[in-house]
Amino acid sequence: MLTTEERQEIEAELAHYPTKQAVCIDAMKIVQKHRGWLSDESLRDIAETLDMSLAELDGVASFYNLLLRKPVGRHVIWICDSVSCWIMGYERQRAHLERRLGISPGQTTPDNRFTLLPIVCLGCCDRAPAMMVGEDLHTNLTPETVDGILERYK
Amino acid sequence: MNERPLTVRMPANGGFVDLRAYEQAGGYQGLRKALRMAPKDVTAEVKKSGLQGRGGAGFPTGLKWSFTPVGPDAPKPKYVVCNADEMEPGTFKDRLLLERDPHQLIEGMIIAGHATEADVGYLFIRGEYHLSGARARHAIEEARAAGYLGRNILGSPLSYEIYVHMSAGRYMCGEETGLLNALEGKRANPRAKPPFPPVVGAFGKPTVVNNVETLCNVPHILAHGAEWFQSLSKTKDAGTKLYGASGKVKKPGLWELPMGTTVGEILFEHAGGMQDGLALRGLLPGGASTDFLTSDHLNVPMDFTEVAKVGSRMGTGTMIVLDDKTCPVGMIGNLEHFFAQESCGWCTPCWSGLGWADRLLAAIEAGRGEAGDLEKLEHIARLCSPGNSFCALAPGAAEPLQSGLKYFRDDFQRHITEKRCPWR
Repeated sequence: MLTTEERQEIEAELAHYPTKQAVCIDAMKIVQKHRGWLSDESLRDIAETLDMSLAELDGVASFYNLLLRKPVGRHVIWICDSVSCWIMGYERQRAHLERRLGISPGQTTPDNRFTLLPIVCLGCCDRAPAMMVGEDLHTNLTPETVDGILERYK
Repeated sequence: MNERPLTVRMPANGGFVDLRAYEQAGGYQGLRKALRMAPKDVTAEVKKSGLQGRGGAGFPTGLKWSFTPVGPDAPKPKYVVCNADEMEPGTFKDRLLLERDPHQLIEGMIIAGHATEADVGYLFIRGEYHLSGARARHAIEEARAAGYLGRNILGSPLSYEIYVHMSAGRYMCGEETGLLNALEGKRANPRAKPPFPPVVGAFGKPTVVNNVETLCNVPHILAHGAEWFQSLSKTKDAGTKLYGASGKVKKPGLWELPMGTTVGEILFEHAGGMQDGLALRGLLPGGASTDFLTSDHLNVPMDFTEVAKVGSRMGTGTMIVLDDKTCPVGMIGNLEHFFAQESCGWCTPCWSGLGWADRLLAAIEAGRGEAGDLEKLEHIARLCSPGNSFCALAPGAAEPLQSGLKYFRDDFQRHITEKRCPWR
């Protein structure tokens, strides 16, 4: 069941578009914001609300990088792996994160605190290497600054 | 009149231009002037200015607008879509415009709405640009409260709203028709063209799709005129351009400069040249999907026309610089991995060919390359050339690959002969 709050936020988006389906990406982002990820049940509820088939909606969900179909930790670390960050040696920061957290990209720490995911170019190439934690952008990363940044997310 | 119309108002402290500051600096005067003009005259002025699309393709903006049917018999509703899906690797210019001076974009979108007699504007922002989204929404609220959006804007017949759509992330959304599918709540596959979006676009209705930097130029063109806009440039392509540099240069960054500033001036005067101890090997002039240039091209003016003459494209104007201590094969491998991953899977040369290129490049970089691999890569680049796929993703992916094989052939060959990466 979608919560009242989720329903209201989806209703507000519906007012901006001529079709219900147009809102499906917004609707999935709304539900993911509240629940952290998109379960099969969440997708069924959204599909029903927007008069879409579940298969159609899952086809959309599986297409987009930022829609998560598996549970994640409290904080998602999105580390940029594109060209400018690569030139600036982002692989050192990734190796450091993997060692420090004891996980590989795609995995979540046992205490459910962090999930590490790769992401394409974050559009701050003059300040590479970069990563996002949740919605926060962190740039000019070094192994030392990465440690300090992680401390801020409990 | 100032020579950096896009960036001159941005406060030095990293903050943004709010409505009051924007109006004090002459903001929304272009819209006021446009609303006193007939829509077709607004389009004619933009056409005369020579403004070309700043998303990378350089298509004349006024010409694009002129394809939209106007008048009492035109289909309704009509849409303006701003493409703020800045996902081209190495590109970070639209972020600056969205975060630091969002009102000039909103004003540009309203003027585009008037010129094409549109009803709704959608601002399509990539999902990772959280601050851009917040500042754009704030600017839209301010503009609505001031009467620049809504019914009968400033007493004119124009009624127009702007809504923000935060994307869920996929490079394909930057492709014009892929973006329209995403906006309709679908996978961002490309559409067959024709019909082109100005005739059949979002929700089957006429839709103009323009890049952020393109639309940001529009208010200034209306306020100061087409001749002024042309006078800003050093070459035949009009206006200023946001140029950038990333990679191992002394001062990576972004600068608004006259269109046609040379590659060398951007690299050495603005980006400060290479970091100490490093030499220039090559550069991608305008994002990941442009052909390499080398130190032979430092005198080339960065505009749509001149860069094309030396076999590349200005693209987004934000260069990615390769130094002599970084492996060109590894760099190209990183690029093709990106393109292979972001291919939507619609066209065979793209989903099959780029995945193949990705695997071949990874093998070569890891010392497992074989004789004949370079010919296979050249074959893939040819398969991905324009005309073999619905959109520009595959041809774009072929650009750094084909030019890399040309300029860095010996480096590729050494990987295969020595069975290792000489840089590791």
